[in-house]
Amino acid sequence: MPTPAAVEVVDLVKRYGGVAAVDGLSLEVAAGSITAVLGPNGAGKTTTVETCEGYRRPDAGRVRVLGLDPWQDARALRPRVGVMLQQGGVYPGVKAEEMLRHVASLHAHPLDVPLLIERLGLGSAGRTTYRRLSGGQQQRLSLAMAVVGRPELVFLDEPTAGLDPQARRATWDLVEALRRDGVTVVLTTHFMDEAERLADQVVVVDHGRVIAVGSPGELTTAGAAGSLRFEAPPGLDVTGLAAALPAAARVDEVSPGRYVVHGDVDPRLLADLTRWCADRDVMPQGLTVGRRSLEDVFLELTGSELR
Amino acid sequence: MTAETGMFAPRPGAAPLGRMLAAQTALEVRMVLRNGEQLLLTVVIPVLVLTVFGSVEVLDLGNRSARVDFLVPGVIALAVLSTAFTGLAIGTGFERRYGALKRLGATPLPRAALLAAKGLSVLVIEALQIVLLGTVALLLGWQPRGSWAAVLLLVLAGTAAFSSLALLMAGTLRAEATLAAANLVYLLLLVSGGIAVPLDRFPDGARPLLEALPAGALSEGLRVVLRDGDALPWWSVGVLALWAAVGGVLAARTFRWE
Repeated sequence: MPTPAAVEVVDLVKRYGGVAAVDGLSLEVAAGSITAVLGPNGAGKTTTVETCEGYRRPDAGRVRVLGLDPWQDARALRPRVGVMLQQGGVYPGVKAEEMLRHVASLHAHPLDVPLLIERLGLGSAGRTTYRRLSGGQQQRLSLAMAVVGRPELVFLDEPTAGLDPQARRATWDLVEALRRDGVTVVLTTHFMDEAERLADQVVVVDHGRVIAVGSPGELTTAGAAGSLRFEAPPGLDVTGLAAALPAAARVDEVSPGRYVVHGDVDPRLLADLTRWCADRDVMPQGLTVGRRSLEDVFLELTGSELR
Repeated sequence: MTAETGMFAPRPGAAPLGRMLAAQTALEVRMVLRNGEQLLLTVVIPVLVLTVFGSVEVLDLGNRSARVDFLVPGVIALAVLSTAFTGLAIGTGFERRYGALKRLGATPLPRAALLAAKGLSVLVIEALQIVLLGTVALLLGWQPRGSWAAVLLLVLAGTAAFSSLALLMAGTLRAEATLAAANLVYLLLLVSGGIAVPLDRFPDGARPLLEALPAGALSEGLRVVLRDGDALPWWSVGVLALWAAVGGVLAARTFRWE
């Protein structure tokens, strides 16, 4: 018997003053999985997540969270869903441990607060008021508040934004522990390595719609057969390089310093490529065959211009 | 450290409503008591008004005992104004700004319970203020008269009026605008709300208007009971109830949680 979806969004539309922030977005999250929602700033990630959290009422479309309507059934849903906002959410004059204890006291069977504090490395910050915490400590407190009530499902909006590498790792470990214990996780992120490392499913969102969905493996291998990628100083002579390779090979600089070779990728082509580079004293970095990084996928799908 | 498997195994559930309400009220009270700026408004200024105007002949209010008997109802009204209006408006405005209200909206705590906790915390702080002001007043020779039940009813009605106006302001304006406006209103009502300056010192035309404002209605109503020892003036309760109703309806319609 298939497990029912933890989150089901069908053709969601949400407009702000006539502008559609979310424009016909659909996605499904399997219970017990980790889903990463990826997309550039303003793509509609936060609006989608906040609609699932019951903060916004859809203008059109259907949203079901744990089988319930997050707007109509908010009261029944709130104890079952943990929320980490993108920022804020804490009284500035309240101490970290005090705030976590408070949120715990609103739940029937909360986690052990000292244990959670220790696990997130917040021990030294427990008696510090929120406004005096570092950005990373504020993020971790916010994450702790999302899980302390032992929810079935958590929404984490950019959980690792502004974290140092150690704190990021602690957050990843916690997210993986959540999945291991059967909690469904939906997170938004800008970090490809985070999505690649954590997610069972990656949903790429742009202009309020889903433009790609799949496991990290599916997304990075799809359309990548017969291609080779490497990084090198920008502005290499791609026409000259193509001429040095076996016939029918094509070379593009997809973004400054990132090169893609299309063609019959075989040992011969690889040898010609490295010889051409060696003659010019160019070291090709991050050379991969038949596989894109999630960042390549993302840039190819959403374009590389700033917004 | 690695936690044992199963630490995060889901076991969702809301705490009983009574426990949530108690926890939220206790947190609100702690936040007020810890906030130095707010204690200036809620404690220091009312005590200063009482002691300075009570001890020194600034306004022609009669002898010392008459001065204190005049001032106590006024500073009780000031205590209610400072906590139920200024403190509540500023606190709520910044909680909205920092997303604390939004985040609490995602917890099992119902919004009505959050508002109830705010109301209860205001009453707790007011009780502390009134005990403190009453003690200072007794030391200055205050002689309370009238019915305590009438005083309680007036304080409750005043709290309802000021709280609903505070939430109306905090739920619609930016936090900084609320801060400025709430302090300005505090200052204006301190002068014109019958708190330290008798309303009969104002021009005849202004008096009915000032008595129709919540501060004037509360201070004059308390004065009728506490100084004159007369029965509860229902017009005061009526004026306060009307402000509470109008403010409450508008606040409920316009309040934005984020």
